Amino acid sequence: MVSLAMSPVTSPGSASTAWLESVLRAFEPSLPGAGESLGGLPRRRSVARDELRRAGLPPTRQEAWRFTSLAPLLAVPPQVLPAQELGPLPDHPPASEALRLYWDGDRDPLAGVALPEGLFRLETGLQDSLLGTVLGATGTAGSWSVRFNTALAGQVLALRVQGNVAVPLELVSDCRQGSGVRPLRLLLVLEEDANLDLLQVHRAAGTSLTSVLVEAQLAPRARLRHGVLAQGTESSCLLAHLAVSQAPASELDLTTAVGGWGLVRLEPAIVQVQGSAATRLRGLQVARDRQIADLHSLVRFEGPNGQLDQLQKAVVDDAGRSVFHGAVQVPQAAQRTSASQLSRNLLLSNRARVDAIPQLEIVADDVRCTHGATVTRLQQEELFYLRSRGLGADQAARLLLAGFCDEILAGLPEHASRWEPASALLRQGLSR
Amino acid sequence: MFHQSALVLFLFPVIRPDAPVLLEIRNLHATVGDQPILKGVDLTLRAGEIHAVMGRNGSGKSTLSKLLAGHPAYAVTAGTVRYRGEDLLALAPEERARAGVFLGFQYPVEIPGVSNLEFLRVATNARRLAQGGEELDTFAFEDLVRERLKVVQMDPAFLERSVNEGFSGGEKKRNEILQMALLDPLVAILDETDSGLDIDALRIVAAGVNQLATPENCILLITHYQRLLDEITPDFVHVMAAGRILRTAGKELALELERRGYDWVDEGLASSDQAEACAPALEVA
Repeated sequence: MVSLAMSPVTSPGSASTAWLESVLRAFEPSLPGAGESLGGLPRRRSVARDELRRAGLPPTRQEAWRFTSLAPLLAVPPQVLPAQELGPLPDHPPASEALRLYWDGDRDPLAGVALPEGLFRLETGLQDSLLGTVLGATGTAGSWSVRFNTALAGQVLALRVQGNVAVPLELVSDCRQGSGVRPLRLLLVLEEDANLDLLQVHRAAGTSLTSVLVEAQLAPRARLRHGVLAQGTESSCLLAHLAVSQAPASELDLTTAVGGWGLVRLEPAIVQVQGSAATRLRGLQVARDRQIADLHSLVRFEGPNGQLDQLQKAVVDDAGRSVFHGAVQVPQAAQRTSASQLSRNLLLSNRARVDAIPQLEIVADDVRCTHGATVTRLQQEELFYLRSRGLGADQAARLLLAGFCDEILAGLPEHASRWEPASALLRQGLSR
Repeated sequence: MFHQSALVLFLFPVIRPDAPVLLEIRNLHATVGDQPILKGVDLTLRAGEIHAVMGRNGSGKSTLSKLLAGHPAYAVTAGTVRYRGEDLLALAPEERARAGVFLGFQYPVEIPGVSNLEFLRVATNARRLAQGGEELDTFAFEDLVRERLKVVQMDPAFLERSVNEGFSGGEKKRNEILQMALLDPLVAILDETDSGLDIDALRIVAAGVNQLATPENCILLITHYQRLLDEITPDFVHVMAAGRILRTAGKELALELERRGYDWVDEGLASSDQAEACAPALEVA
């Protein structure tokens, strides 16, 4: 069982400093050799490593980490997660209608793969110039999760999307064997009018930490439907920063669904660089035992007529904990922005806890921004209605939970249904 | 002392004395929290009968119907309810449903995210298993449900939606009768099935109920208004007030209520309270 100490985890010479240093050392040997061309990555890594050493692990006295202690990371062996057998997962063979890439941060996921029409490996030169630009636009390059990933990831999966890609892309990271740390980094460039469905799947079972950094750049009229389905266990941790910049008339539809992790923190950071784009965020967290599920989102409008539709849900049982921090920034230039943010939470035990913090910063005066949060238990009238039709109490509760989650899960790319997300998340995430 | 419930038994006009008793309520008292709601209800329902319970808001009609279905908010403080000779009150709500007791809700609950088709299939299979039948797979169930949809002239598109979500009042009530058609209950309690229905929807729902009424089952209609009883002819009409069945008669009693309102019930209630200790004030038309 992972200890969840709430005190600050950093002090000179503390266990956290030692753990971080060990992780950095473990990933040093995997740096590319001199002269090897990986764009600006080695330089960025070097800078990030120095910054990380200076900063240490963020303590809970930092506002951004106030509700989420990183102490569970210290239980993860500070080593590279051993490479695992790649190939078809016996319980989830690849869907014929989707292109699956196996992603372990070490081997090239594109090796030997015939990419569908419209999907290309990003040229090294472009990768050099584009890496970090989305983080610059979102203003999140300095966040701890970004630095941590930048310091460790020795490889970037960089893709360019042109026109409509008819075949959905599936990126699968499977950490169900062995212990250690796995950094994954993705750079995605959608050109004008490009269209892509992307499902990111993370599975973990051992004592592991998966660190993910995604940068996606959407040109005018580009459309990205992005799903993140992450299913972990008590000893596994996931930190994922998802940065997206949107040009006018682009559409982002991001749906995240996580459950079962000892610690999971997602950080969607979206900027509409000139406004006039559409952002739809859907999120589901499932936590039980002493699990922590944290989602910190940031959406900023830097021009007028932008739209945001955000719905974040959590199901929390036992002494589990859900954190939702939703920042929406509407500066003076973002007139006629329309943004709605709603957090809906279901508590299944007296010890479960939800912290829902909307943070709307609105300077523009001609806007329509709404936010709200609800925390409820399973509705007795709904349970009775189902029981009065012959469904047992447990079966009725499961059906209601599945219904609560379905509103979010329906937003995942269509082929995600093959992963049976509802049963996977609820089975692993809840005791009932 | 001559107890009121005994009198009701004695005077109750039995139409089919040989028909088996499906539901027998005796001297039922119940509370919500500390508040007594039912204060001695007696009612006997035999196979093949249609009963209507009428009464003002707050008279205990809906409490009676929910209590019979096993709603956890109500506590029985005295009395018995026997369903086909067994103690109904000892059963959990789902056991009552599987055994053949059905409650059509006054306000059917919306359940977002739960497919109506899936819900109906799970419910139907629970009942079928209890009846000693076999579960239906998805395909067989779809055949069955499409057949039953005709009972309430319902669009199959409603099967694809979440349970009652976004349904109009009439659609919700049709969905209730569809469930009744699928679950094949022996005792169907329809709690204000007519509320919120326009005249066309009322006729459709009533026609559905009439189709489902058989010599083997019985129906208990809870209603405020005569208009439902214009469409579904009851064998008995009971007037409920202050948690008791105050008067029982044939269908003409509903017409009398429609004509005279409930004020005379209050008078009857007062005299019944006054006379309870010495002589009952019940009348049977």
